[in-house]
Amino acid sequence: MPPVLELKGITKTFPGVLANDHIDLKLEEGEILALLGENGAGKTTLMNILYGLYTPDEGEILVRGERVEIHNPRDAIKYGIGMVHQHFMLVPVFTVTENVMLGIEKTTAGVFLDRRAVAQEIRNISNRFGFKVDPDALVEDLPVGLQQRVEIIKVLYRQADILILDEPTAVLTPQEVEELFKIIRSLVEQGKSIIFISHKLNEVLDFCEAIMVLRLGRVVGTTKPDQATPETLASMMVGRTVMLTVEKEPAKVGEVVLEVSDLSVLDDRKLEAVKGIGFQVCAGEVLGIAGVQGNGQTELVEALTGLRPVKQGQINFLGQAVVDLSPRKIREIGSAHVPEDRQRDGLVLSFSVADNLVLNTYYEAPFTRGLNLQQKEIDKAASERIDLFDIRTPSISVPVSNLSGGNQQKVIVAREFSRPIKLLIASQPTRGLDVGSVEYIHRRIIQKRDEGCATLVVSTELDEIMALSDRIAVMFAGKIVAVLSVEDATRERLGLLMAGIQESTPAEIPA
Amino acid sequence: MSDQPENTLQTPTPPPEKRTLIQRIFVRQGVRDAVLIPILAVFTALLVGGVIIAISTPAVLEAWRHFFQAPWEAIKITLQTIWNAYVALFEGAFGSPADIVNGFREWLQTGNPTALLRALRPLGESLMLTTPYIFAGLAVSLGFRGGLFNIGAEGQIFLGGLAAAFVGYSLKGLPAIIHLPLTILAGIVAGALWAAIPGFLKARYGAHEVINTIMMNYIAFRLADYLLQGPMGRADGMPITPEVLKSAYLPTLLPAPVRVHFGLIIALFMAWVVYWFLWKTPRGLEIRIAGANLNAARYAGIRIALIIVLTMSLSGALAGMAGVNQVLGVEHRMVRAFSSGYGFDSIALALLGNSHPLGVVLSSFLFGFLRGGAARMQSMVGVPIEIIKIIQGLIIIFVAAPEIIRSLYRLKTKEEKEKLVTKKSRSSS
Repeated sequence: MPPVLELKGITKTFPGVLANDHIDLKLEEGEILALLGENGAGKTTLMNILYGLYTPDEGEILVRGERVEIHNPRDAIKYGIGMVHQHFMLVPVFTVTENVMLGIEKTTAGVFLDRRAVAQEIRNISNRFGFKVDPDALVEDLPVGLQQRVEIIKVLYRQADILILDEPTAVLTPQEVEELFKIIRSLVEQGKSIIFISHKLNEVLDFCEAIMVLRLGRVVGTTKPDQATPETLASMMVGRTVMLTVEKEPAKVGEVVLEVSDLSVLDDRKLEAVKGIGFQVCAGEVLGIAGVQGNGQTELVEALTGLRPVKQGQINFLGQAVVDLSPRKIREIGSAHVPEDRQRDGLVLSFSVADNLVLNTYYEAPFTRGLNLQQKEIDKAASERIDLFDIRTPSISVPVSNLSGGNQQKVIVAREFSRPIKLLIASQPTRGLDVGSVEYIHRRIIQKRDEGCATLVVSTELDEIMALSDRIAVMFAGKIVAVLSVEDATRERLGLLMAGIQESTPAEIPA
Repeated sequence: MSDQPENTLQTPTPPPEKRTLIQRIFVRQGVRDAVLIPILAVFTALLVGGVIIAISTPAVLEAWRHFFQAPWEAIKITLQTIWNAYVALFEGAFGSPADIVNGFREWLQTGNPTALLRALRPLGESLMLTTPYIFAGLAVSLGFRGGLFNIGAEGQIFLGGLAAAFVGYSLKGLPAIIHLPLTILAGIVAGALWAAIPGFLKARYGAHEVINTIMMNYIAFRLADYLLQGPMGRADGMPITPEVLKSAYLPTLLPAPVRVHFGLIIALFMAWVVYWFLWKTPRGLEIRIAGANLNAARYAGIRIALIIVLTMSLSGALAGMAGVNQVLGVEHRMVRAFSSGYGFDSIALALLGNSHPLGVVLSSFLFGFLRGGAARMQSMVGVPIEIIKIIQGLIIIFVAAPEIIRSLYRLKTKEEKEKLVTKKSRSSS
């Protein structure tokens, strides 16, 4: 039986860039193939070729042994290839049904939209593959995990047999990830074949049957999960040894830098998101805040950085009460914040790298003197920081939107770390980043901690929390349900706490 | 496997590159796009305008009805009509080159500048029409840079005009060196306050400035009506203010009949000031950050409420200056229809100039000179003035959707042909 999909010698060049270099790929029927690679390795280009968004310069595509020409997504769909994008392409104000049928609308008498028939088909698909989606729900009301299911249904509705999933777990909570894997397994049982693009090495090893690694447009290796470890995969992706767990000395803990007591914060809907919590962070240690997204961590960080008003409670930073101080004042006392959503909060995408590097210090000397900005000083500082923090950019004047996610995060890190800081608050610091960047950011955080900075790391990635923290606090439903030292913490224990399951002998919870 | 990590993707960092002025205007488009596309847009618009002129001329239609008897006649008449129309447009805007040269020669020979001045009058009129465009265009573009849509420029122009007229005719006995700056200040402050109100409503209550500035326009128009027919009206009952005192006149730059006045100098100076403010000062940077990404502005510690009110006030001040310009430089009094849509045209103008002072000035010259030539085109060739509006509209379309120009003139590179026309940010892989 020929493989359900085969790519032979696919080559694609853009001006100045060889994006795909004679790539061969084989996907067997019912197989889950993982496609790994750093940013710029060529994964997206390859998949865009498969989905008809680009045409290859050389090479051929064979579906079930037959050569096919794919010039646009319609052709791809015709051959049973469907793509679930990383950034969803849904219309928030439409229902699930309307989104699914967008582009291939079913009509009665050629005039009226036949929503009922499509909704029924959606229910059939949902039942067949074992996941529940309400066809009449508005997409904007759905949580991210369900929105992704709508994307999957779109693809199944168009009768795809070969599904390409682009970073599907990047935006999911651990529970949603589990459910997604169940759905994928059921798809595979019914004869679908999957290409799974991911950065997350553990998932790939737990879940996929075959692995292909791309680097700089070329296939550098194919392997199977039982023959690979995260370390070997990472070094194939990056081309050198990668330290997946940052080496660190035991913490040299100093004075209390941040003290929070009885803190309550309201969310945007005026409900209590943080319910009377308290904790301390000392100089030279990393306190990790673990928890599933949506349990108050975002609101907590916003309150600590002055971006959200506090309903009640106290926050003391180096002995000063900072509740209701402006973000600028808090920063001037000596804090730094790496925000959760780098593109929305941490950068101005249309501005240059140099401008972004002074985004919160432009008003201080030497960047401003009298009435004027000192562009020479700004540029000089920018060049220094690009070298110091190894930011890959053609120049300091390109818009920061040109940089990869990892380099964008490095800009933020360079900006925050270039001042003398006593407190670092890092929120999801490596979300969406490739292995090389993750390693770099983790090293930098530990370096700051060793310099005596009190560090708070808020993350939904358990691996990250366990790698970086000296102590771990678990947040659930707005409360801190446990504080453990990293030695006492295991994935299972943390997972249970994150899910709100009480322990029989509760761990220490400070007042 | 070695212990020493070697960076395989090392690129040495080049020294900070200096971007040319043009590049900085149109940041992401590159020099080719920044200069070529607007030029081609204007050219294409004139081309299409020419076709419309031809179609709307009865003589041309008549000729084409007999196309098969006399094909060359039809084509000749078409080209002749278009040519005549555009020559009239040009001469209306710039004056007749022959007359200017003759006038210059006469002045050199006899020392009598009369003929020269008469020949320069059209040029002067065009410059005079350009000036309020510059002020209003700067006003709207500053708002855009701050992320705010100041649709109220027209109303702010009215307020500026009213205030300037009032201070201009009512404060008697002051020397010009005090009176003129005071009058200008009055107009600026009036415009600023008129825009600060919607600015405050947005900063405090989140009320959208588009709605509120439009409302303020209507209030301004009716306020002007009331004042001109009542307290500020002339003694004989006409809805016109008394004449502004000579001590508050904006001085003319050249003798009569050329009407260009000092307002043009002020306008060009203000363009430079706006550039310096937005790109060279920290406060201007804050306004631009707030305009580009409000969330990042908040994160950077910028006080958003203050910035909103400041941006609107500055925008209103510039618009008010347009009103001051009309009252003190042109009419020397305020009449009811004194703005004729400068405030609304300026929105399109700001977009055409990509919200950058240099672009705004160039676009203002374009619009001003088109307007200057339109009257002559109508009187000499019978082409209605509205054609200018059509051409202006076409220019806007071609600049707002540059893909049209790029496809038309096959300007796309291979890479651009491949790229998807998407609006979302890039995905990570």
